[in-house]
Amino acid sequence: MSASNAALPRSAGPWRQAWTRLRRSPAAVTGGVLFAAITAICVCLPWLLGLDPVTTDPAARNLPPSPLHPFGTDALGRDLLARVLIGGRTSLLIGVAATASSVLIGVLVGGAAGLYGGRVDEVLMRFVDFLYGVPYMFLVILVMLLFSDTARGEPLPVFLALGLVQWLTMARIVRGEVLALRGRDFVLAARALGASDAGILVRHLLPNTIGPIVVYATLTVPGVIILESFLSYLGLGVSLSWGQLVAEGVAVVNPLRSYWWLLFWPATFLSATLLALNFLGDGLRDSLDPRSPAGGTSPAGDRH
Amino acid sequence: MGVFEAIALAAAFLALAGTAWLPSRALRSVGGAWAAAGLLVALRPLLGFAPAALLAVALGALAAWRLPEAVLRRIAFALPSLLLLTYVTAVLMYLAPGSPFANERAAPPEVERTLRERYGVPEDATAFFTIYVERLVVEGTLGPSIKVQGRSVEDLLLPALPVSLALGALALVLAVVGGVALGVCAGLRPGSGVDLSSMGLALLGVSLPNFVVGALLMILFGIALGWLPVAGWGGYRHLVLPAITLALPTAAYVARLTRSGTIDAMQQDYIRTARAKGLPERLVVAKHALRSALLPVVSFLGPAAAAIMTGSFVVETLFGIPGMGQWFVKGAINRDYSVVMGTALVYFALITAFNLAVDLVLAWLDPRVREAQ
Repeated sequence: MSASNAALPRSAGPWRQAWTRLRRSPAAVTGGVLFAAITAICVCLPWLLGLDPVTTDPAARNLPPSPLHPFGTDALGRDLLARVLIGGRTSLLIGVAATASSVLIGVLVGGAAGLYGGRVDEVLMRFVDFLYGVPYMFLVILVMLLFSDTARGEPLPVFLALGLVQWLTMARIVRGEVLALRGRDFVLAARALGASDAGILVRHLLPNTIGPIVVYATLTVPGVIILESFLSYLGLGVSLSWGQLVAEGVAVVNPLRSYWWLLFWPATFLSATLLALNFLGDGLRDSLDPRSPAGGTSPAGDRH
Repeated sequence: MGVFEAIALAAAFLALAGTAWLPSRALRSVGGAWAAAGLLVALRPLLGFAPAALLAVALGALAAWRLPEAVLRRIAFALPSLLLLTYVTAVLMYLAPGSPFANERAAPPEVERTLRERYGVPEDATAFFTIYVERLVVEGTLGPSIKVQGRSVEDLLLPALPVSLALGALALVLAVVGGVALGVCAGLRPGSGVDLSSMGLALLGVSLPNFVVGALLMILFGIALGWLPVAGWGGYRHLVLPAITLALPTAAYVARLTRSGTIDAMQQDYIRTARAKGLPERLVVAKHALRSALLPVVSFLGPAAAAIMTGSFVVETLFGIPGMGQWFVKGAINRDYSVVMGTALVYFALITAFNLAVDLVLAWLDPRVREAQ
């Protein structure tokens, strides 16, 4: 992979340009800062404060927020602050890991389709079309079943399943970009110099496609996090995540005795993260492509 | 997964990909034949064999003769992909640990063998798939449910289908009408208060899981105000809250699509021409801008329907609605293979039919496709 190492320092120029443009967009900056702050809190705070999300305390069940338990406690007397922060780690991990795997598959498939064109393109894009027609919740649920004995409640099956269904739009975007670029002079020049297909893809085509990839990846993370919450709600998700906590919170919503904190805190963290990422993604898109006013790709990841 | 399954899957993918190279005439006959076959299987439980066959053949011939090539290509692609999807469903189900006959107390092997025989669930996914398709084609039934004693899958799904359809259709209409209205208002005055507030609303719509939104709506309208029933099933009033909940994320996306489409359209030369010839602004928007602004919305309808189906799993559970989504989730968790296959098949068929209908509408709306005919 010497090719990619050599390409990195040279692509610093476009990166700096994008960074300058991004800083001019207040929404993107706010979103980025908020997302970074939430991530930092979820990663560092439980560790700094020594928070414990699993120890139950029969004497402290369903307590409203208090100085000892700032977010209150749940039905088993577990500290909700600890659960929200640790659950946030899982949700963010699933979001980022599923997005990373969707980027990997999408770039490979889209890159191959765009680079080789012709029949390869035809076959790969047919396959993508085919998967587009599937309400993907089916596939996700079926894939989750595969792990129902061995890894129930673990994050791995969830992000595998979500990554498997989320790469389609990424593949289409990469293919479109590569297709538009591959006839350009610099690619022909590289080819004339004897560069291999993989070399051309990694050194010349992907660096020029990085903008749309980053934008769409940013918008995929919130989509994945929200899908994970659907799975949790259906009882198929991980054992501790924002989705799981929100689902638990929704389950105890009733007009007689309101344990509002059980829904309020996880839902606030969840939607703040999703809002932040959507703002960041929108801002990135506007700064990387001034022509598009808004829209184009989906807000919360693509719903297909 | 065995070697045979891998080969079968690869062959099926290739067969699917092959539809891209069918020459024009072959495409017409294949498309027509597939249309007739699909219609026959779908109509048979409703009409009986002979009328269904007549109608299917007539419609298939009509399709082969009249439909634009792009749509026929879709049809030629649709039936094999339906088969492939059900096959993938079967393979995945068999790969998952557990089986419908795994009880707490282990049944003697001969009892299990008899049960497997009776329900048509052999030990291996391909054999199961073959039996399933054969039963579907020859007898026109989806088979008996394994876990719900004495009921066939049709018995379970037929009452659930109209419920899910009504909910989904209402949600889709709400999403499209609401989303387009918001998007046009926002897109006509980008940067204005209307624009910012409706886009803020749209962003909020995708930033909360819809079961949270649903629960809040339930509390507000069902309990605090008492305007609508909280949950359950009984009449059209029971549909309102779930449909709104289900429509929100899709409405948000439609609003964004429409907004950018409207902004694009309003900058076109033909809008300036229309204004220059003195057309009132209302008509400029309604007759000229909307037309091109809405094309992306129409092509989004297919994915929107799929999104609404996905959401309906959750919304049906939240509101306690006896729809198809619940059967799928229940069947998957209980390993009721025939219920899972049946629900998947019906859902896939619905979405395929809907996508085809969208293609037809697009072909009719878009002069570039229409004239290529």
